[in-house]
Amino acid sequence: MSILFSGRASSGASAHKISLGRRFVMFWVNHVRQALFSLGELWRTPSASILTIGVLGVSLTLPATLHLLVKNVQQVSDSFTQAAEISLFIKDGTDDRQINSLLKILQADNDITRVTHISKQQALDEFADVSGFGSALTYLTDNPLPDVLLVLPKNTSAGSARQLLERLSKERIVEFGKLDIDWLTRLDAIVSLLRQAVLVIAVLLLGAVLLIIGNTIRLSIMSKKDEIEVMKLVGATDAFIQRPFLYSGVWFGVFGGLLAFLIVEAMLWWLQGAIGSVTSLYDSEFRLMAFSVTEFFSLMLLAVLLGLTGSYLSVRRHISAIEPTGP
Amino acid sequence: MLEFDQVSKSYPGGFVALDRVSFKLEKGEMAFLTGHSGAGKSTLLKLISLIERPSVGRVLINEVDLSRIRRPHIPYVRRDIGIIFQNHRLLMNHTVFDNVALPLVIEGFSGKDMVKRVHAALDKVGLLDKVRCLPQTLSGGEQQRVGIARAVVNKPPLLLADEPTGNLDPDLSKDIMRVFEAFNQVGVSVLVATHDLGLVARMKYRTLTLKQGKMINDGLLQYQEDPL
Repeated sequence: MSILFSGRASSGASAHKISLGRRFVMFWVNHVRQALFSLGELWRTPSASILTIGVLGVSLTLPATLHLLVKNVQQVSDSFTQAAEISLFIKDGTDDRQINSLLKILQADNDITRVTHISKQQALDEFADVSGFGSALTYLTDNPLPDVLLVLPKNTSAGSARQLLERLSKERIVEFGKLDIDWLTRLDAIVSLLRQAVLVIAVLLLGAVLLIIGNTIRLSIMSKKDEIEVMKLVGATDAFIQRPFLYSGVWFGVFGGLLAFLIVEAMLWWLQGAIGSVTSLYDSEFRLMAFSVTEFFSLMLLAVLLGLTGSYLSVRRHISAIEPTGP
Repeated sequence: MLEFDQVSKSYPGGFVALDRVSFKLEKGEMAFLTGHSGAGKSTLLKLISLIERPSVGRVLINEVDLSRIRRPHIPYVRRDIGIIFQNHRLLMNHTVFDNVALPLVIEGFSGKDMVKRVHAALDKVGLLDKVRCLPQTLSGGEQQRVGIARAVVNKPPLLLADEPTGNLDPDLSKDIMRVFEAFNQVGVSVLVATHDLGLVARMKYRTLTLKQGKMINDGLLQYQEDPL
C-alpha cells in the first residue's frame, strides 16, 4: 500500500504476483515465526523472564488450589446424603409387635425410601463391639439402649426431611426423633463461603498478575526504545511493533500456567499420603481429586489470556508513546 | 516530487526553526541542503518524514499534501521515503542482513524475494561479503553504507540523507556521495543535508542553503569558501 505513489504497488508485498492463498499461508508463517522469535527473546533475558513466569505461576497456584479444595469438599458433602437419615427412638417398654406394625406402616409410606430396625440387643452388641467397653457392659443388669428405627426419606433435602421428622415424631410409640441435618446445611454454607472467598482472592491475584506482566512488558519496551524508533522510521505500523511483545505475554501465560499446574500437582502428590492415612482412619473411600482435562485447559487459557491482556494494556500505552525524535 | 510551499515551523517558546521556506525538488533530481547546525536542516527533513508537522504552509510529496496524512497512515508514507541517518541507527544486535531486511519484513516480504532484494541492495553499496556480520564489526563508513542499503532496499522514489558523511574522512565521504549519485542516476530523487561545503561544491549539484530558518540560496554553489 502506497499512499503517495499510486504506481508503486509492484514494489510492495501486495504485489499482484503473490496469490491470495500464498499470502494467507505467509500470514500464519509470519505469526509462527514471530511467536518463536518472542520465545527466543524470553530465552535471551532469562532472569527477568523466570521472575515473571514465577510470579504468574505462584499467583495462579493459589486460586487453582482453592478451587480443588472446594471441589473436594463438595465431593465429601455430596457423599453425605445419608445425613438426612432420621433416627426414631422408640419408647422404652414398647413390645415388638407394636414396633413391627409401625415398621410395616413406614415401609409402605411413599415419602420413605428405606426403614431399618435396630433392636435394643443389636444396638448393645454394636456398642460393645465398637466402644471397647465389652466386658464392662456385662455388669449391666438390663439394656439401657432403646429400639431405633432408621428412616431414610425419599427427598433428602433439609426442609422436607424436617417435615417428615415432625410427622413421624407424632407416632404414639416414638419417644423422639432426631435428624442430623443441621451440620450438613452448615457445611453447605461453608462451602459456598469458601467458593466466594476463592473468587475474591482469585480476582485480586489475577489483577496483580496483570500489573506484573504489564510492567515486565513495559520494561522490555523501554529497553528496546531505540529499536522501536528505527522501526517506526522505516515505516513499521504500531501493530507490527506490538506483535512480538504480545507474543511475549502469551508465552508468559503458557509457562506461568504450566508452572501453576506443576506446583498444584506436586502439592497433591505430597498431600496424597497424609490424606490417605487420615481417610483410612475414617474408613472412608475418599479420593483426592486432581485437575480434569477441562480444568487444565481452562487454567492454561486463563493464564494465556492474562498474559495477553497484561501485555496488551502495556503495549497500547507505551508503543504509541515512543516517537522518533529525528533523522 | 517534493514541494515546500511557504513552510514555517516554530517551536513552543517562540523559536522559529523554518521561516517561509519554499522550494521544489523534481522527480529524479538530486540536491544538497546545507547550512550551519541549527539553521533548520534537520527540521526540514523531519517535516518530510512526518516526525514533525509544519506550523504554517504545506509540504507536498507527489502532489499529496502531508497535512492530510493522519497518524495511522504515517508508516505507509515513510515506506515511500528512504531515510539515512547521521549516526546510521542500525540495530546493533542484529546482523547486517537483518538490518537491511527490516523495511522488507515490515512490508511483509519473505523468502527468496526478500533475500534477493537484500543482496541487491548490499551489492550496490559494496558490502555483499559482510551479510552475516554484526554492525559492530564494521568500520564507520561500512556502517553508514549498511544504513544506505537499508534505506534503498525497498526502492523508495525519494531518498533523504541527514549528514551521511558527518563522521567520515573525505575519501569515504566521496564514496558515499558516489553511491547517492548512482541511485540518482536510476531515477531516485535525492536530498542530502550536509555541512561539508567542500564536498558540495565539488559535486556540482543544486544546493539549497538555509540560514536561521530562511532559504538564502537555491542553485549551484559556486564558491569554495563559506558563503554564510
